[in-house]
Amino acid sequence: MIRGYFVPVRFHIKEQPGAFERFGAPWTPTVLLLDSSGAERHRIEGFLPAPDFAAQLLLGLGHAAFSAGRFAEAQRRFGEVLEKYPETEAAAEAQYWKGVARYKETGDGSALGETAEAFQTRYTDTSWAKKASVWAAPRS
Amino acid sequence: MAIEWKTDADEALAQARSSDKPLLLDFTAAPA
Repeated sequence: MIRGYFVPVRFHIKEQPGAFERFGAPWTPTVLLLDSSGAERHRIEGFLPAPDFAAQLLLGLGHAAFSAGRFAEAQRRFGEVLEKYPETEAAAEAQYWKGVARYKETGDGSALGETAEAFQTRYTDTSWAKKASVWAAPRS
Repeated sequence: MAIEWKTDADEALAQARSSDKPLLLDFTAAPA
């Protein structure tokens, strides 16, 4: 996945300490995802098991697409996290941002309401569920 | 196939711009 989607760069603390300072990486392992203009779009600090790491990479691709205004692509990336890695911590964040990307693409506010509704059955005890709760329709 | 890691940030940034690909920067202390 890394080879196909990214320009990969590796800095070793003993060989290039200046790079750690330049990009604000005070700890290892740290992985930064930058868009093609060099702006940071996602940060992974600390070790993660392979499925969690892969999910975070997809999440980063989603954030990069979102920041570039490519909302349909962002939805696909966030959707991939939900489909391929539903048990990871990245999934709740992906569910949140997938709804936001859909709203940004369509302007349809129901995308946010449906996202809030989805959090009532999945990833309920996460900070992302709390963030989405503001979009929930008032209960009568 | 092994990943071909670059070590020059500016060269990688230039490649990212020309190919419109995002960059993955891996900061490590692991033994080579």
